[in-house]
Amino acid sequence: MVIAIDGLSLGAIYALIALGYTMVYGIAKMLNFAHGDVIMVGAYMIYTLCTLTWTTGSLPIWAGALIAFVVSIVVCTLLGMVNEKVAYKPLRGASPLAALITAIGVSYLLQGIAQLIWGAEQRSISILDRLGTVRVGTVAIRWSSIITVVCGAILMIGLTLFVKKTRTGRAMLAVSEDKGAAQMMGINVNKIVSVTFAIGSGLATFAALFYLPTTAISPTLGSMPGIKAFAAAVIGGIGSIPGAVVGGILLGVVEVVCNSFEATASYTTAIEFALLIIILLVRPIGLLGKKRRVKV
Amino acid sequence: MALLEVKDLQVNYGVIRALNGISFEVNEGEIVTLIGANGAGKTTTMQTIIGLIPPKAGSIHYDGKDITKLPSHKIVNMGMSQVPEGRRIFQELSVYDNLMLGAYLEKDMSKIKARIENVFEQFPILKERRSQIAGTLSGGEQQMLAMSRALMANPKLLMLDEPSMGLSPLLVSQVFEIIKDMNAKGITILLVEQNAEKALGIADRAYVLTNGVITHQGTGAELAGSEEIKKAYLGG
Ligand SMILES: Nc1ncnc2c1ncn2[C@@H]1O[C@H](COP(=O)(O)OP(=O)(O)O)[C@@H](O)[C@H]1O
Ligand SMILES: [Mg+2]
Repeated sequence: MVIAIDGLSLGAIYALIALGYTMVYGIAKMLNFAHGDVIMVGAYMIYTLCTLTWTTGSLPIWAGALIAFVVSIVVCTLLGMVNEKVAYKPLRGASPLAALITAIGVSYLLQGIAQLIWGAEQRSISILDRLGTVRVGTVAIRWSSIITVVCGAILMIGLTLFVKKTRTGRAMLAVSEDKGAAQMMGINVNKIVSVTFAIGSGLATFAALFYLPTTAISPTLGSMPGIKAFAAAVIGGIGSIPGAVVGGILLGVVEVVCNSFEATASYTTAIEFALLIIILLVRPIGLLGKKRRVKV
Repeated sequence: MALLEVKDLQVNYGVIRALNGISFEVNEGEIVTLIGANGAGKTTTMQTIIGLIPPKAGSIHYDGKDITKLPSHKIVNMGMSQVPEGRRIFQELSVYDNLMLGAYLEKDMSKIKARIENVFEQFPILKERRSQIAGTLSGGEQQMLAMSRALMANPKLLMLDEPSMGLSPLLVSQVFEIIKDMNAKGITILLVEQNAEKALGIADRAYVLTNGVITHQGTGAELAGSEEIKKAYLGG
């Protein structure tokens, strides 16, 4: 029971990050390796702003945290959009390799800036873990895990509805499938790419909030969840939104299960990546990846 | 004044010159066709007009305005739409979503609804299949959808790039009937075809494109009657 909830919770975090990878890949056809570092920036923003509101303000703790979180979302969303405009947009149409190298560069740049501002020492902050645990029968479940699973589910359902039912969401799907044809519909591709980066970064900020109870904050905080979520996106089929969700949850559950047994605990990451390799060997396009149908 | 005026248009792909300074015009209410062999530069012309490819030199005027450097979404917003080569419907989306995307720039829901009703009236099969994923439609149905999607934009100028490609003779005739019908309803047509005979049959005027240069022009009937054109494009 505890393992199930914790696994789903970690899975939801990976899924939220994986959605950013997969949507950006679907729309801009590039791997945004700096995506993990948005989580890191989000974590520092939440940390700094929470500390600020808690020490200076007369606000209740939860209100301070809420304000800190909302401001962090806005900052990270803007960061994602600015990153795209400044670093990636000039490279649209250039070789995918150039964009990839640039993304790796942006990743190191963000880590460097974070180290300049906040230093290299680890920090931590309790927000969701302040809520403690709830007893269900004989077991104690962390509120933070429950909140992560519930909020994660709401966000993912909301995103799916947004993409399927709204004008902008439909335009995102169109650009992802055929950019030229989308342009012929009058879709402004630059705007859609920008919206995609904004959504991805917003989701990453949620992931940061949910990730904080189990991690210390440092400039490299985003690397591990970033890589794992990227693997999750590939497992699910990069470019596919439900794929990112399935891949994320699968990886999160596998990780928590492996960690809970002494025999496998020290091999968790190796097992996760072995899983990635096996799935890609059996199904190179990922679990829910789509082959493009061509009919003439 | 012409609705569409292309002047000395030059387009390169890297070092390859696809269009070598072509000029032509389409007047309001006309059906104009651009015919030519494979690789002549027809698709390049169509894509450059709608803003997908930046030209090297020359100008494009539409509705009295210079659109040479405008981004595609601004051009489409001026009342131009295109049925691209190979149809390029959104295969993973439903018929309904494809139609909605055709009307992307229209924000008035009641107008969009009215246009969808129109399309469904003209193509009842699309109404039946509105929730079906477009990639699972037959080739003929996909062509109907591609044309309907372009009509959803309520265009003044509709450009069609080889709409008869890959269709059975019966469907080809049907497609040409639809084009004539759209023109009769007031839409100006620029039609690119390899099926030169049929295209010349419905066109008011025609241009022949050869290796990025316009080599002949005249009324549809004139070109259809020319020995040279017959030899080169009409199979004798
Ligand atoms: N994306 C491209 N990159 C390089 N060359 C291209 C590209 N598209 C078309 N061409 C070349 O430009 C010329 C014109 O092509 P196109 O406009 O597609 O002709 P058509 O539609 O008349 O068959 C051809 O020589 C073709 O090989
Ligand atoms: Mg062509």
